Amino acid sequence: MSDATLLGQVKDFANRANPYPVYARLRQNPVSCQDDGTPEGTWVAATHGTIASLLQDPRVSSETLPPADRPRTGNPLTDLIVKPLKDWMMDRHRVFIFRDPPDHDALRSAVMHQFSRERVQAMRARSDRLVADLLDEKCGAREIDAVDDLAYPLPVTVICELFGVPREDEPKFHGWATQLATALEPDSLSDPEIRAANSRTFDAIGGYMADLIKDKRRHPQDDMLSGLANHATPAGVKMGDYDLIATAILMLVAGHETTVNLITNGLLTLLRHPAELERLRRDPLRAPRLIEELLRYEPPVQFRTRRTLSAIDIAGVTIPEGADLVLLLASGNRDETVFPDPDRFDPDRSGIRHLGFGGGLHYCVGAPLARFEAEAALTALAARLKAPRLIEDPPPYRSGAALRGPKHLRIAIDGIA
Amino acid sequence: MAPVFERAVVVGAGLAALRGAEAMREAGFAGPLTIVGAEPCRPYDRPPLSKHVLAGTVPAEATTLPSALGPDVDWRLGSPAVSLDRVGRTVRLADGRTLPYDRLLIATGTRARPWPNPHEGRLAGVFTLRGRDDAAALRRALAARPKRVLVIGGGFIGCEVASLCRQLGLPVTLVEPGPTPLARVLGRTVGAFIGAIHAGHGVEMRCGAEVEWLEDADGRLVRAHLVDGTRIDADVAVVALGAVRNTEWLDGSGLSSDPGGIDCDGAGYVLDADGRPDRHIAAAGDVARFPHPLYDDRRVVLEHWSQAVAQGIHAGRLLVGATPERPYGELPTFWSTQGKLVVKSAGLTEGADAVAITQGDPAAGRFVALYGREGRCIAAVAVDSARWLPAHADLVAARAPFPPGGTATDRPKGVAVFEPGFA
Repeated sequence: MSDATLLGQVKDFANRANPYPVYARLRQNPVSCQDDGTPEGTWVAATHGTIASLLQDPRVSSETLPPADRPRTGNPLTDLIVKPLKDWMMDRHRVFIFRDPPDHDALRSAVMHQFSRERVQAMRARSDRLVADLLDEKCGAREIDAVDDLAYPLPVTVICELFGVPREDEPKFHGWATQLATALEPDSLSDPEIRAANSRTFDAIGGYMADLIKDKRRHPQDDMLSGLANHATPAGVKMGDYDLIATAILMLVAGHETTVNLITNGLLTLLRHPAELERLRRDPLRAPRLIEELLRYEPPVQFRTRRTLSAIDIAGVTIPEGADLVLLLASGNRDETVFPDPDRFDPDRSGIRHLGFGGGLHYCVGAPLARFEAEAALTALAARLKAPRLIEDPPPYRSGAALRGPKHLRIAIDGIA
Repeated sequence: MAPVFERAVVVGAGLAALRGAEAMREAGFAGPLTIVGAEPCRPYDRPPLSKHVLAGTVPAEATTLPSALGPDVDWRLGSPAVSLDRVGRTVRLADGRTLPYDRLLIATGTRARPWPNPHEGRLAGVFTLRGRDDAAALRRALAARPKRVLVIGGGFIGCEVASLCRQLGLPVTLVEPGPTPLARVLGRTVGAFIGAIHAGHGVEMRCGAEVEWLEDADGRLVRAHLVDGTRIDADVAVVALGAVRNTEWLDGSGLSSDPGGIDCDGAGYVLDADGRPDRHIAAAGDVARFPHPLYDDRRVVLEHWSQAVAQGIHAGRLLVGATPERPYGELPTFWSTQGKLVVKSAGLTEGADAVAITQGDPAAGRFVALYGREGRCIAAVAVDSARWLPAHADLVAARAPFPPGGTATDRPKGVAVFEPGFA
């Protein structure tokens, strides 16, 4: 009989710095039903094979968010008309990571169309410049916080510039993004307080986006939001306003809450493996290989949730219809049957089939951005930080179990070259 | 283990032959290895010929397959094998030379079925498409912007060529004697869905029609005459009538071979006329007819790229003693890129008594068709829905009940079951 408390241990903040031993125990049963406080439980897939298979399975749905339900206000007009209408609109225009085909496909393809080669390459060059500027600002310092000084501002600036969000408005997004990112944590599906806060935040950021989109229509710029607002894709897809707002929010939040963890987890891992840091310093061309191993070893998104539309027989068990699923990507990445010596950080391993960007039709849209931002940041840090030392190990972590990463990463240095 | 024989010969120099030869070496066979090819070039990849090469994005010569073989291989290219002596264990080549063997891999593949009238087939502007030279010649003809291209035959190659012509902006007519394109392999129901997609892209479809003769002016094609009297002006015709298996050279060898293929046992060894395996010889790829364990040991020949790879490797290892002699039986898979449309399949549709659209919508140009026989899933075809194929391939490999129950993303409400429409 398997231990049904393991998912609880994954969520437990006490295990945030090192959840991997819990994942290893979960892998003893490739798919198991875990306690989540409900009679049905949550089904967890923990091995590489079962996760990869479920990511591809048409019986697995991404429409995991419960129906929107704003708190009542006591004002009859609001409660009886405005609230149901807003809830209805929100349900029909979810961000596309929470939607299934065919709707998902049209929205995703419109975004992919805006991620043109030219735009991505220009932003790649731009991110090298941004990293250089951010480090220049700290040049006399003897201590840096890798999160606040680089890992957070870099991706935020990149996504704001790509979408044409004025940089001065960014502080508003900080809190919104942190709140909305909780939608990826399993408890957000059931906790009424989190859901209410998410609804309010969605309204606030949605109001901002609606205004920005109007502005992009009046004064189109060379940015992705202008492109989405004003042009159809070659396949004829043009988003309606509500989908456009939701999509813009998704991209902005994703830009705020994921790559920061890749960069910070990456630097933390390098500081724990000084020989690898030194090798990267000597040979920046090792960066792509190193980053793929990081996406395996410490992925920024540790797991994603799904729901079954039909019963699924897999790995000797039957997941019932309508079950909540957790696909434990970070555990699949440590699957010893796929990755020999999985707990060893080894950028030289061959054929890294990691699940760091998920898989199947929801495979990370921003993967190229994440890769080049991490490459820019880690190669510059390796080259320019003089004698970096971790001040706290483990560092303090952010609360999320799914979007997992240090809240701060304080590093003592002898200077910045 | 040390192989107990000396000389290996591979007859054929395509994908299955190359992968088979590589597998022999990888399994530790270090003896003399000779590869015999009818064409004068090293093995090349065929799928790009009807796509990138015709589109002009990849030159025909750039399709040479990467190879793990070292310099210790004796390539005999440009001279096909003409006979096999199993008693003396020799292969004779067209140039008169004789090659002794201890182990022989037969992977002679197929050639394009020619236009039945040889004179018309030789007209300038009339092409078949099988080899690298064919593709290069047809590319030159398409690059000269013909006024209209006539495609004769609505199988996979015919559909690929016709849709590619539309991508190049060329007027194209596809003539297919059957009721829909792809009807023989996919059935009329799915064939009609795919035909409608191509028609929507501007391919002029003439199904249920047959070309009677090709008219020329001074040796150049000018028009085709259909049996019903219709005339189609065209300066390029592509004859896409399927393939003929290269087995004639085995006549008189005592092996059980005919134009339908060379019979093999479940292990992969060829069978003689009395049904006894010859353990010195294996066959792989487009010529091998073998009992498929997933299909009740029905004897099948599979002209699929993935089959050439898997069976080539299997046969190569078998011959050098590296594989236990267990039945060969990968799930058959293939793909076809028809313009922007990608058709992928798993399993074999033959014998299907029902077909269900389990995902997507044919009217939207993307769907998955699941084929059933006697209440079991036997094949799946994904049209612009390749991402759903692995899950459906699992159903086919498991012979899951047909039609599938339950709901799935992008599944039509109440999965309808159709007559598949095989002849």
